[in-house]
Parts: sequence; C-alpha cells; structure tokens
Amino acid sequence: MRLLALAAALALSSGARADDSAKEIQRYRQMVAEGSPAELFELEGETLWKKPGGPKNVSLERCDLGEGPGVLKAAYAHLPRYFKDAERVMDLETRLVYCMTTLQGRSRADATARVFGTADRPSELELLSAYIAGQSRGVAIEPGMAHPKEKTSYELGRALFFHRVGPWDFSCASCHGEEGKRIRMQELPALHEAKYARPVIASWPAYRVSTSQFITLQWRMNDCYRQMRTPEPNFGSETTVALIHFLTATAQGETYHGPGNKR
Amino acid sequence: MRRIALLAAAIALPAAAEPTQQELEKIMQRDFHARGQATMDRLSQDRLQRVCTEAHDRPAPDVAKALEADELKTIAYPQGSLIGDWKRGEAIAQSGRGLTWNDKPGQPAGGSCYNCHELSPQELSHGTLGPSLRGFGKARGAGADVQRYVYGKIYNAKAYNACSQMPRFGVSGTLSAEQIRDLVGLLLDPASPVNQ
Repeated sequence: MRLLALAAALALSSGARADDSAKEIQRYRQMVAEGSPAELFELEGETLWKKPGGPKNVSLERCDLGEGPGVLKAAYAHLPRYFKDAERVMDLETRLVYCMTTLQGRSRADATARVFGTADRPSELELLSAYIAGQSRGVAIEPGMAHPKEKTSYELGRALFFHRVGPWDFSCASCHGEEGKRIRMQELPALHEAKYARPVIASWPAYRVSTSQFITLQWRMNDCYRQMRTPEPNFGSETTVALIHFLTATAQGETYHGPGNKR
Repeated sequence: MRRIALLAAAIALPAAAEPTQQELEKIMQRDFHARGQATMDRLSQDRLQRVCTEAHDRPAPDVAKALEADELKTIAYPQGSLIGDWKRGEAIAQSGRGLTWNDKPGQPAGGSCYNCHELSPQELSHGTLGPSLRGFGKARGAGADVQRYVYGKIYNAKAYNACSQMPRFGVSGTLSAEQIRDLVGLLLDPASPVNQ
C-alpha cells in the first residue's frame, strides 16, 4: 500500500503544472517521510546478519561494532570510531568488512566485490547497514572523538571537505558550503554547520525513491566524488571514513532517527 | 579543583593538526584509483586550487588580482563573431554530462549550466548556486565587449573571480570553442528564450 501511495505521489509530482510544482514536491516529500520502505531493507538485513556464511560458516552475530561483540544497540550512533584490533578509525561499512574477513574467514576481495547494489539486488552491506542503523533509533549521535587517531581522522575529513581538486575545481563546499542553495531542484545542506548536518546525518543510510535503491554514506562519498570529476575513492579508505567522521561529528548530539528516505 | 584538573587534561591532550595540502594530496593518491577517463593526475592541485583552498576561497585582494591576471592569459578567443546558435546552446546548458568516470570518453560534454543558474524562464528546474542569468542579454546588449566577457567567463571563470565555484570550461577541455559560442548565443541573442 505504501509503495502504491509513493507511486501516486510520484505521478502527481511529475504531472504537476509549473505553479503547483513547489507545493507538489512538498506534498510528495511528506508522503515519503510518512511511510518508509527502508523498513523492508532492515528486515532483510536482520536475516543476513544472522545467516552463517564464509569459509568458517558463521554468522556476523559476534561482530564487535564498538559496543562489544554482538551488541547492536547504539552501535551505529557511535561510529565512526577507533578500533584497537584494526588499529584504525572505521565507519559501519568498513567495520562490517572487517568482521566478514575476521569472523567469517572471507577474503577482503570477496567481502568488497559488490559494495553498492542495484534496485533489483541490494548489496550485503546495504542490507546490513539498514538493519544495524535501525538499532540506533532514538540514540544520540556521538562518534569517537577522544583517541588521537579519531582527532586526526576528523581533521583530515574537515580538510578534505574544503580541498578544491579535479578538472572542475570542486570541493565538497562548492555545493555544500552555503546555506539555502540548490542544484536544479535539490536543496543543498551546508554540511559543515551543525544546524544543517544534524537532520541529514540523522537519516542516513536511506532509501532513495528516485532510484528505488537503499544507499549508504560510503555510496554518498563515492557518488559525490564522481560528480566532482575526480578518480574513484577506494571503498572504506581513510579518506572516505574521515569525511564521514567529520560530517557525523558535526551532527553530534542529534538523535538518530533513520534509516530515512531521500528524493 | 576538579574543573582545573579537567582543564589541565584538556590542554594536555595533543591537538590533532590540520594536514597540509601536500599531506592531503599524498593521502588522496593512496586512497583513490583511476577509473574510466578519471585519471589520477586529476588529484594534483594547480596553483589556483591550492591558493583558494588555503584561503578558504577568500584570498587577499592583491593575491586574487595576480591569479586573475594569470588566468586571463589562458583564454583563447576564436576569430569572428562569438555568438553561436542559442538552440544548441540551450541543449548544452541542460546537459550535465561529461568528464565523470562513467561518462563515455570522446562524447561531447554539457555545461551543467542549469544546475546552478536560472536561464530560460521555461526551465523551472534550475539551481541557485550561481546568479540568475534570466534576461542577461536584454539588460546588457550584445556588443563586442559583452560578447568577449561572456565567452571569457565561460572559458575561464577564474579570470574574473579567482576563487569562483564555476568550473573553467575552456581550460579544462570540457567545452569546445564552438560550444562556448553557442552558450554565448543563448545568453546574448535577442531571439534566445533567456532574453524574452
């Protein structure tokens, strides 16, 4: 039913007359916010979390996401953070890959062979992200900021945010540095400011209506760099984690309420 | 007392230093890979990008002037009229294709103009990162100086505003001279929808 309502909202918005378009977009956004297809991904993610796999044929249930082995409550809201066993700062997706290799005995190549999925077939990491993020609903966003490596990661993320690069001279701030601006009809949050970062970060990862895909922050970093015309960032690299760390720290204190919905 | 102890602890913590641009470039070289036409040399900042990054896009006036003077030298003007076909210009302004790792190399790129600017009143889906250009030619005419300015601005926006967020479409090889002429037509031709 919810999906039907969504489809109707989409049809309405695309058929809308010029002077009604802003109102229709507003209406459509509200409908999308009310019924969340993200829940379906959460359910599939839970099944996957508990399913034995890899050469060791074990599930991910003993994975330590920072709150202790198997503890999911509040884990996502406290990421990225420093992990002593891996000697680095990790976000959710990077940590999941770590658990796939250490617990399940899979190779890194195998665990990262298909990190971004499609509308028809979401990736493992997308489904798992949906489930795990959902276990942080109602928890305040507090990424790790005490360990020296966490501070370094935050500083790196902040510097990357303003670093102008590539054939079009873009930094993240080229689009996300000023309040109240748009690309086409898409509003652009000024993400280095708490006021704008808070509602955005509190709803990632998210279901994206326009592509029927569940999308994660690693995907977001990847696709922003694509549009900045740079080479492709490595999945789970220090660079992508640092940017996610900077954005999440900027949203610190906000109550997590995702997984959310995007246009 | 407790407060003083806390303060002392806070001061004693090593503050993480902001990485230098050189360190950042090294980290990015390690953390990215070439894909399609997006090659690794794209991660090397040129002088303008470095100065603008360091100045948070607000360089001192004399620094900005020097950068703009250098950028102005890069602009190559074609012979003859700079006003091309506004209809082709409209298509170029609409297209956001080009230069990404999943764009086909060799295919003509667009100017992504509507991503940031209002142009024709018929196109409601326009961005607001740049100023509205609606009625641009109507307000300024289409004289030789205006033509040169518009051509130059699209070719290399940094020649007029050192740390502008607008790409250098000619210098970066995104748009050809012919395509830039068509965009000048879109902005200046009295028949263009921009000027209705």
